[in-house]
Amino acid sequence: MVALSDYLILSAILFSLGVGGIFLNRKNIIVLLMCVELILLAVNTNFIAFSHYLSDISGQVFVFFILTVAAAEAAIGLAILVVLFRNLRSISVDDIHTMNG
Amino acid sequence: MLLEQILFYFFATVLILSATMVVTSKNPIHATLFLVLAIFNSAILWLMLEAEFLAIALVLVYVGAVMVLFLFVVMMLDIDIATMRAHFIRYLPIGLVVFITMMVEMILFVGTRYFGLEQFAKPVAKSADYSNIEELGQVLYTVHLYPFEIAAVILLVAIIAAITLTLRHKPNTRYQDPSHQIHVDPKDRVELLKMPAEKL
Repeated sequence: MVALSDYLILSAILFSLGVGGIFLNRKNIIVLLMCVELILLAVNTNFIAFSHYLSDISGQVFVFFILTVAAAEAAIGLAILVVLFRNLRSISVDDIHTMNG
Repeated sequence: MLLEQILFYFFATVLILSATMVVTSKNPIHATLFLVLAIFNSAILWLMLEAEFLAIALVLVYVGAVMVLFLFVVMMLDIDIATMRAHFIRYLPIGLVVFITMMVEMILFVGTRYFGLEQFAKPVAKSADYSNIEELGQVLYTVHLYPFEIAAVILLVAIIAAITLTLRHKPNTRYQDPSHQIHVDPKDRVELLKMPAEKL
């Protein structure tokens, strides 16, 4: 039988992969956004696993709202990225220093 | 029982491998496609957890909309992969250290000792006429109605923000001004002239 701990370990691995990916790909904003999506996926899997094993539907409601906000975040993030590329001709993190002060 | 375990371990393995490829692949397009694979696999795992509506919503919203948007942006922008990868090797040790430390710490917390089958027994499988959407909608439209409406407003704000950010007015583009068009007066358009008929 698949225990709750199996799902939790799976999402722990997924979450750590996302955080490690942020360290590895810190020059590439697009892959950074994808790593954030991985982290959100891990968190959502946690919510759904607990919702299933505790027989409580609230976890799925939370995942519903997280999906909504994550979709909005991805849309705005990519729009910002397109504008950034239009102005700077590059999306390297190193080139984003105009707000250094 | 055994079939469920085999399915879980198979899809979990594919999920972790594709997530690893997302993080480590050279080409951002490959990373995006591997993320699509990872999302498909977690949707299947969500199906095994009897969250059918969210599993389908994940595929529709994430694969159908968000990842297509990602692919669109990756292919539209001319990304210099070489400079993006320049520091990959340099950050590999710290990335690995962070990854392994976090993973080991979290697995120690969430292992079978506190979250095993003794503490959280596997619930009885729902009957065939159980509707996940019905149960979710039952609470979503009553208890969580206000957050649900706020989520709708957030999506609207996201649409407007994304469009306004990327909208570009070129100085030489010719376009119609709708308010000007509506408020036109027929008298300004056609002028009837009275002229005496000329005799040949």
